[in-house]
Amino acid sequence: MTLKTEPITINIGPQHPSTHGVFRMRVTFDGETVVDLEPIFGYLHRGSEKLAEERTYTQVVTLTDRMDYVASMTNNQGYILAVEKLTGIEPSPRGVWLRMIAAELQRIASHLVAVGFLIQDLGAWGTPLIYAMREREKILDLFEMLCGARITNSYLRPGGVFMDAPDEFWPALDILLADLPQRIDELDQLLTNNEIIVARTINVAVVEPEAMVNASITGPMLRAGGVDWDLRHRDPYDYYDQVEFERPLHTASDNNARYWVRLQEMRESIKIVKQCIERIEPGPVRPPEVPFLVRPPAGDGYAAVEAPKGELGFYLVSDGGIAPYRCHVRAPSLINLTLLREMLVGGMVADMFVSFGSIDINMGEVDR
Amino acid sequence: MTGLNLLRALFVTMKNFVRAPFTVQYPDRRVGLVGAAKAEGKSPLGLIRNNPKRAIKAMAMLATVPEKVPQNKRFRGNEFTWLETRCTGCASCAKYCPLGIIEIVTHPGGIDVQEGESYGIDVFDIDIGRCMFCGLCVEACPYDALHMGATFERSTYTRAGLVIPVDELRAAPKTPSSWFRPQFEERGFNPFEEQVENHHEAGRHEQPTPEELRQRWVNQR
Ligand code: SF4
Ligand code: SF4
Repeated sequence: MTLKTEPITINIGPQHPSTHGVFRMRVTFDGETVVDLEPIFGYLHRGSEKLAEERTYTQVVTLTDRMDYVASMTNNQGYILAVEKLTGIEPSPRGVWLRMIAAELQRIASHLVAVGFLIQDLGAWGTPLIYAMREREKILDLFEMLCGARITNSYLRPGGVFMDAPDEFWPALDILLADLPQRIDELDQLLTNNEIIVARTINVAVVEPEAMVNASITGPMLRAGGVDWDLRHRDPYDYYDQVEFERPLHTASDNNARYWVRLQEMRESIKIVKQCIERIEPGPVRPPEVPFLVRPPAGDGYAAVEAPKGELGFYLVSDGGIAPYRCHVRAPSLINLTLLREMLVGGMVADMFVSFGSIDINMGEVDR
Repeated sequence: MTGLNLLRALFVTMKNFVRAPFTVQYPDRRVGLVGAAKAEGKSPLGLIRNNPKRAIKAMAMLATVPEKVPQNKRFRGNEFTWLETRCTGCASCAKYCPLGIIEIVTHPGGIDVQEGESYGIDVFDIDIGRCMFCGLCVEACPYDALHMGATFERSTYTRAGLVIPVDELRAAPKTPSSWFRPQFEERGFNPFEEQVENHHEAGRHEQPTPEELRQRWVNQR
């Protein structure tokens, strides 16, 4: 006897705990298989780009915090680099080293969230996520020392950072750096070879590297496909050309590869922070001649950084006033989502959120 | 597929299980008899004798003591510290707030021989219901009159209760955080233990001598 079946279309989200924010998918299932999928976003649109046109250059820093709120330091960095390019401000060396330390710590924190939630999506409820969040919490404590806030930092200013690190920051950072590799090893032991995770993630949601390059996907997702593209190496900003680090690459381009690349990148970030601590020298953290109200000449500037999620670019147009005439954000989360349909169609329902989580998106950045 | 790695993962969780807890129970912490007695500065026997009700509660692990979470000195909390004697009413803070939530109404003030000209403040309301604690107002204040506060436990039942009115700002304890105020950091000011007594202490410059003040404000006229 054959059972008569027909495809069914279901709305998932925007308020679904697994969608990592207010994201909506209209999915058509045939039994357990996904046959069609349409991502719908815009539920978290706050008009940050428009708001930026009415704020002065320093005030916009606070808006960038709220785009990718899991990695606000790197958002600040991308925006500040664009302002510096626009105005021609030469940043102070100590400020640059400090913001590199902050950005790399932020990358670890963001990858911890990505890894923790990826495993959470697999159904490993709680344990790995709590371990990852615990380590992230220690990093946020350091951010609180630096700038008084944990999530929405607003730490960077044109020309460097707003204030030097307090005295208690350096010993605390040393303790963290001594402790963190062991904690990452622990996560590694807990997850990497775990039979259930291996069975659930290998060869799931494979994306071809060519397709990813064509869709201009960046970040760990692209490097999991074997494409050696890291802006810190390809187009070094700040002082990344003076530090040495490896770029972990994987060739499988499946969920497991994406997880693995993030785990290795955390280790590389620790190396970078250690080199920054060696190189940093006393001095001003931003040039004293940079005014409070930055007024760049008319023109435009684009700067991109390797944010934890991918290439984060800020394009600023100035008409010579105190506020940007136009501010455009190239948000990696949004662009990495464009292959979602290709990734998920043909897969199983149970793998859907795992694959979705492995892109590591942040809705605040997708919708801005 | 052997399951060996599952065992190894189990070993990691066991290791974490015996590790000291990292989380803090906030705002209250459950305590037993010893903890409850310690919080009141008594011996367990003394607690049983003085307050048997609480002792029984504590023995059933139902008693709680308040738990403080330590903040860093630069913490951008939601209570602002405002020193009226330093404030000139220039409204730089209000102009520089990205959200425009500081409302200032002033009247022309007199000329204070000591401090120079300033406006008198009628209204200085901060609507922290919309504040994002970016601290740009503090950065903008040229006279070191406005500081971020270091406390954060302000919750109310109404939105109107989230507006800090000028009288409350005047009366609030002066516990500024050192966000954008390196002068506090330099002399090791700890907002969680002490307060700013004298408004001159809050400035980033040395307190001028009376002679210098006369030079500056009287002789120039
Ligand atoms: S902290 Fe920021 S949002 Fe709040 S009043 Fe000051 S400038 Fe405005
Ligand atoms: S607090 Fe500072 S910026 Fe605001 S009105 Fe007073 S002096 Fe001016």
